[in-house]
Amino acid sequence: MSMNKETIRIEDLSIGYNAKNSDVKVVASHINATIHSAQLTCLLGANGVGKSTLLRTLSAFQPKLDGKIYIQNKEIDDYSAHQLSKTIGVVLTGKVDVQNMSVRELVGLGRSPYTGFWGTLNTKDYEIVDKSINMVGISKLSSRMIQTLSDGERQKVMIAKALAQETPVIFLDEPTAFLDFPSKVEMMQLLKRLSREADKTIFLSTHDLELALQIADMLWMMNKEKGISIGSPRQLADNGVLGDYVERKGITFDKKTLRITIDNS
Amino acid sequence: MKRYIPLMLVLIVIIAVMFIINLILGSVDIPVKDIWNILIGKGSDSEVWNNIIIKSRLPQTLTALVGGAGLAVSGLQMQTVFRNPLAGPSVLGISSGASLGVAFVVLLSGSLGGVALSRLGYIGDAAMSIAAIIGSLAIMSLIVYVSQKVRGNVTLLVIGVMIGYLATAIIGVLKFFSAEEDIKAYVVWGLGSFSRVSGNQMVLFVGIMLVLLPLSMLLVKTMNLLLLGDGYARNLGLNIKKARTQVITCSGVLVAIVTAYCGPIMFIGLAVPHLCRSIFQTSDHRILMPACMLTGAALALFCNIVARMPGFEGALPVNSVTALIGAPIIAAVLFRKRKDDVHE
Repeated sequence: MSMNKETIRIEDLSIGYNAKNSDVKVVASHINATIHSAQLTCLLGANGVGKSTLLRTLSAFQPKLDGKIYIQNKEIDDYSAHQLSKTIGVVLTGKVDVQNMSVRELVGLGRSPYTGFWGTLNTKDYEIVDKSINMVGISKLSSRMIQTLSDGERQKVMIAKALAQETPVIFLDEPTAFLDFPSKVEMMQLLKRLSREADKTIFLSTHDLELALQIADMLWMMNKEKGISIGSPRQLADNGVLGDYVERKGITFDKKTLRITIDNS
Repeated sequence: MKRYIPLMLVLIVIIAVMFIINLILGSVDIPVKDIWNILIGKGSDSEVWNNIIIKSRLPQTLTALVGGAGLAVSGLQMQTVFRNPLAGPSVLGISSGASLGVAFVVLLSGSLGGVALSRLGYIGDAAMSIAAIIGSLAIMSLIVYVSQKVRGNVTLLVIGVMIGYLATAIIGVLKFFSAEEDIKAYVVWGLGSFSRVSGNQMVLFVGIMLVLLPLSMLLVKTMNLLLLGDGYARNLGLNIKKARTQVITCSGVLVAIVTAYCGPIMFIGLAVPHLCRSIFQTSDHRILMPACMLTGAALALFCNIVARMPGFEGALPVNSVTALIGAPIIAAVLFRKRKDDVHE
């Protein structure tokens, strides 16, 4: 059923910041990778290692320092802002603070790249909006005001927004942060289901390692010294990358079962 | 969309009623039938009545109408672009810029040019308008420039407030070197009034506003996207820098023009957007923009009526009235908002 084609190809990418007085702060360099559709890819790594910088660069929020990013075989710099808005949908960390806007209105803003001058939705737009709301399972909330929703519900609204945007690629920056444990699991399962059902390329950063190990199709492990290691959870367990990241005094990682054990003695 | 139409119609009726009251109210009693005849061009038997309506009451009413609408739209634009409920024309220092411009012209013309501007009449008024526009546009350009360098909106607001203080300080120094009657002219300008505009100037003012207000409607989609914050707006294809510049410029020009003709009118720009959001229960600018124009016009007409109530007769400055009415509105709306919020 799943298509599983390569949608993003990264070649010799360097990311970081071009500060003033021609000072360049390189966060990571020589990244080579591909991301596939109908897969859930999770980006892991310690705080400050550059996960957000990578996501921001892939979303074209900040320029890359060097290398190429091909999205559907077209280099990211060759996209216009309008074309990008129909190619990449994002869900950001930090909550959207709007008053007096209903869920349906907010998800409707996801149609902006397709609507005309006044941003008015037509019947087809409303169909897509309602379908998107339905896919993330919040139909009951569709006329509720955003300010009355819980964090998890808001997060789902933003995912519905990204679905309404009808982009082949969706990037999410820590979508499981600030959620309680059952909501975290539900969120990851939802994203995995969406990748399969809607043939989306879903790439997200997270700190929930144990969840990612069990649900993700592919993991990207980002490390200051070793760069980015990419593979399925099984592959990264076998080649020791996960063990290196997790294991320290009192914490052990079992390669066979992909379990993390904390020694309480 | 349909559920907003009755509310809009109610506002239009209120404006019509206020408009008529504004024409009726005054120290000279003119029968409604004669007012009507004068308005439709038939004229009245009394030349005095003709003059009062055409040269005084009608210009004042029209000025309040478009001035109120302009200030309200400007306030809404600032609150959206800065994502801050306390943003408004006066908070960003744009009104202070106008005051500074006027202070320079009024206060320095006496001490440097040797002519008290307050004695120049028509030319003096025009000079004051131009000075106010130059002053507010200068501050606005500064704010636009800073907005592209500074990331946080709060920082920008603080800078706006600081510019306001700075302007006040400079005005204080200017006052120290000025003649008594020039200071009085400046203080009177600062009290705000819808009655200063008359004749050709009124036609020009209303004409400019009738062009600018529809133009501001062109930014509704941009403003709706800005509500989501820079990240999401950008991802949906919006050029953030361009959008901010457009909205701030539009808002600044509206304030500059209104302030030039009416003086710094407080609180309408701040209060009306809150009032509209609470009445219409929406954040959609396709609704809020026209709603703010109508509510702003209605509120300005109402304040003008209060200022001209029998007994006050123009003694009460419009600014005192707008503050007396605007401040409680803001307080009430913010209180209600706190109660409505559901926090987990």
